[in-house]
Amino acid sequence: MSTTATAIGVSPKRGVWGGGNEPLKASYGKLMMWFFLLSDIFTFAALLITYISLRVSFPAYGGPADAFVGSNEYWPVPELVFDAIPFFHGVHIPLAFVGLMTFILILSSVTMVLAVEAGHRNDKKDVVKWLLWTLLGGITFLSCQAWEWTHFIHGTPNGSLITYVNNFGQTVTETIFGANLSVNEYGPSNFAQLFFFITGFHGFHVTLGVFLLFLAFYQAAVGVYEQRGHYEMVEKIGLYWHFVDLVWVFVFTLFYLI
Amino acid sequence: MASLQNKSALDVMPRDEAKIKKIWKTAGILLLLTLVEFVFAFTLPRGLILYAIFIALTIWKAKYIMMEFMHLGEEAKPLFYSIIVPLIFLVWLVIALVKEGSDIFLMRW
Repeated sequence: MSTTATAIGVSPKRGVWGGGNEPLKASYGKLMMWFFLLSDIFTFAALLITYISLRVSFPAYGGPADAFVGSNEYWPVPELVFDAIPFFHGVHIPLAFVGLMTFILILSSVTMVLAVEAGHRNDKKDVVKWLLWTLLGGITFLSCQAWEWTHFIHGTPNGSLITYVNNFGQTVTETIFGANLSVNEYGPSNFAQLFFFITGFHGFHVTLGVFLLFLAFYQAAVGVYEQRGHYEMVEKIGLYWHFVDLVWVFVFTLFYLI
Repeated sequence: MASLQNKSALDVMPRDEAKIKKIWKTAGILLLLTLVEFVFAFTLPRGLILYAIFIALTIWKAKYIMMEFMHLGEEAKPLFYSIIVPLIFLVWLVIALVKEGSDIFLMRW
């Protein structure tokens, strides 16, 4: 490129402005995906940092774990809230289910990177195989999250006694089961609101990712990318999928561990 | 037109076993770090030190995902920095909002 620039009398240094260069050495689609992901990082960071901010504005639960009762006076300890797994009703198994979800999402990220690697080799069979595994991982994760939400909304059999201001402006004290956007049995109303917004927004991204993965899976299987001559679409969707995993790593730490 | 007639116009290259092994190794590291976080959550006393360990481990995991899975390290340097440098603003946001949150705590309780 610079040889053409020098030929018409532009110094090689200014040749960058002559066009025909690729200073970032990435395709348009990949660049735009990266910048979209950067803006999405800021969105998620704003939500998660809001979580930290609201969390430190409430007292932490300081008592012994087995004496924990939900109250909107203090922030709950996550391992005492998220302690249920399917088929083991009423058994206290802290964080096991969400740990399983994390494993599933990380593994689906691994199968995605294997699909991208197969795409670099133009290996249609491998791309289709690994995309299918990734798709399965994404759907399994979403199903787990649906269960998690259902359990969170319905709550524990005993509930907890909460004093709060209801929608009519009256201060009431009653036993609350589960959670909604105005009151919940686990902690301050901010706790459930942030839970719904952050895991919900992440789940929305996973849902979009599943649609995109299905698109890539279908197009790879019918040979669209083979005709096109490259598997860049798999790479771009891969970037998005890894980002979803990246966000979950932070959600997991901030929501379930701290 | 040749590519339209010939279905397998693209040459399928053989698997690069070393590359694939590296991907699985990264996966192993990610799962191991998650396991370590998990064990720490139940064995260490809650407090600032534990939270600092969690956040360090999380950022470590994020680095693996971005560098190994998203191949950010292999992109051209200007692209790499245009993604990484803006994230510095987040450091300020964390400091500002944690300060804000603790001040609200002091006012309320």
